Amino acid sequence: MPRKVRTRNIVNQPLMSLDQKPDPSTPLSAPAVTNFVAAAEPSATEMPPSPIRQFLRTRGSGGGADRVFAAVMLLCALSIFAIVLFILWILIDRSRLSLAQFGFKFFKSSNWDPVSGDFGALPFIFGTLATSFLALAMAVPLALGVAIFLSELCPAKLRAPISFVTELLAAIPSVVYGLWAVFVLVPVMRDTLGPFLSKYFGWTGLFEGFNFGQGMLTASIILAIMILPIISSITRDIMLAVPNSQREAVLALGATRWEMIRTGVLRNARIGIVGAVILGLGRALGETMAVTMVIGNRPEIAKSLFAPGYTLASVIANEFAEATGDMYLSALIEIGLALFIVTIIVNAIARGLVWAVTRGAPARAH
Amino acid sequence: MSTNPFHTPPPAIDSASGPPSRKPQSNWIRINNARRYAVNHVVTALTILSTIIVIMPLIAILVYLLYMGTRSLNLAFFTHIPAPVGEPGGGMANSILGSGVILGLASLMGIPVGIAAGVYLAEFGRGTLLGAAIRFTADVLNGVPSIVMGMAAYSLIVIRQRHFSAFAGGVALAIMMVPTITRTTEEMLATVPHAIREAALGLGVPKWRTVLSVSLKTASPGIITGCMLAFARVAGETAPLLFTAFGNQFWSFKLSEPIAALPLQIYVYAMSPYDEWHRLAWAGALVLIVMIMVAVTLVRIYASRGMLKGAS
Repeated sequence: MPRKVRTRNIVNQPLMSLDQKPDPSTPLSAPAVTNFVAAAEPSATEMPPSPIRQFLRTRGSGGGADRVFAAVMLLCALSIFAIVLFILWILIDRSRLSLAQFGFKFFKSSNWDPVSGDFGALPFIFGTLATSFLALAMAVPLALGVAIFLSELCPAKLRAPISFVTELLAAIPSVVYGLWAVFVLVPVMRDTLGPFLSKYFGWTGLFEGFNFGQGMLTASIILAIMILPIISSITRDIMLAVPNSQREAVLALGATRWEMIRTGVLRNARIGIVGAVILGLGRALGETMAVTMVIGNRPEIAKSLFAPGYTLASVIANEFAEATGDMYLSALIEIGLALFIVTIIVNAIARGLVWAVTRGAPARAH
Repeated sequence: MSTNPFHTPPPAIDSASGPPSRKPQSNWIRINNARRYAVNHVVTALTILSTIIVIMPLIAILVYLLYMGTRSLNLAFFTHIPAPVGEPGGGMANSILGSGVILGLASLMGIPVGIAAGVYLAEFGRGTLLGAAIRFTADVLNGVPSIVMGMAAYSLIVIRQRHFSAFAGGVALAIMMVPTITRTTEEMLATVPHAIREAALGLGVPKWRTVLSVSLKTASPGIITGCMLAFARVAGETAPLLFTAFGNQFWSFKLSEPIAALPLQIYVYAMSPYDEWHRLAWAGALVLIVMIMVAVTLVRIYASRGMLKGAS
């Protein structure tokens, strides 16, 4: 590009002529500069506008290119807004039929009958909430333990490999988790864990009925495994953002390490940890493939955790491609709309909380 | 065990006339301390235990996957298209190609937009309300379930075209890539020291040129890694492809036709009742994970070599 060369040239020349302007008061440096520039501009000192100004004026300031560049970047950034609004608009538009037909009753009715055209999403909402919260109940204590271990207790040598392994968990595709769950977790549930639970905890009423191996509990376990890495890695980051002075202050008062973690770290990081948990909840609500493969896919509301269930995401995954009839399709899209809005809200809350903690936090102390 | 040396009176007085009232208190402190240390040890043990519990399933999954995958992998897997039910053999060659096509398409659309949006956030929108809003929206969009993206692509493209297509799959995955890439690009650009930018601007280089040749170039290893991570995340996605790319049992090269994809094929085969297909599903899962890992590591190695390392 010739432009590049020209840029270099102005850089060399005008710097000197700029020096010249205030120079007359200090005669020592003036001759040297004039000599240097003499070849290019013999009478630079007399000219009212400096050569660099003139040069730039003839060349243009490049402001136009800058403005175009900034506009293109802004456009791309705005496309993120556009994507969200577009998804919202198109989902509302396509589900208009079902929105008009069922109204709010859609979320209270538990009929799901594509043949007669009667649709209600309650079993799916129940399945989604039950599996997600069960998964959270299993994952959160473990994730907290891992985060505390990694950020506070772990010997430095082990820290990198363990974080690597937990982040590897996040890189495994959902369908591979599902595959593993179908061929390993389901038999274990059916033959080992399930009978054990119904024998010793059957009195709670949660582990009754026939145990197929597939069901809400299996789905929750695989969900818990999947959301663990995200909760633990964000929690760890938040705990590392707590300034070291807090830890030192508590330790100096004679606290044990756990007391230091509890009062110095966890108490400071609690809002962020709640954010991380909600973020995990968002992930669990929308998780599709692995859950679809092991939950049993039956639109029922059962008390027993062994019973098959259905979630919002898995009903879409199973039935959307084969849905016949406008009402059926529109009901499925309305489920998608509900999922979209709920995850947006959950994620917004979570991000807000995480930001509130990590923003303004001092850079990680090394 | 001396409890708190700073709270005891000076030793001279202490040894000469030990205050009798201190005895029960120090006993209490001793019991309390024993309890505190016990709790400390219990909690430490619990955190170690939970770390082990978390790492166990991962190792179980990886080991089992390696075992089942290598057992069922053969050359035919990479060269043949799926065999009809009941016939032995067959492979997923068309799915591997299809995944490549869809991912290439998604990267082509998603990466430039994502990087540009990241550049806006880091170089133009820092500290502005609009920048904060876009950053927040990107984070929120990142958490939207992938199946909703598939639904949007379906409503946008498939309904209009009246048939499933590779293009629709590419769009769905591209939408998923944008927010991830935007945020990593922004974070990487934020690590570029201001002095470098100011040096370029001070030399009279226009801003667009500064961004392209100085900021982006300095941050490029991190940005490439971020793109690869987004790519890896999207490569394993099944849900958005279910009703956009749809899958195909045969070779397909056209963007306007349904196309096979590796994760889709794994899903279909895993849910089938045939052992032969289960075998292929495991082989497919192994190939998928190995391909993702190899792609990520290769690009990471390439990106870290010959680039400005000491810049950040």
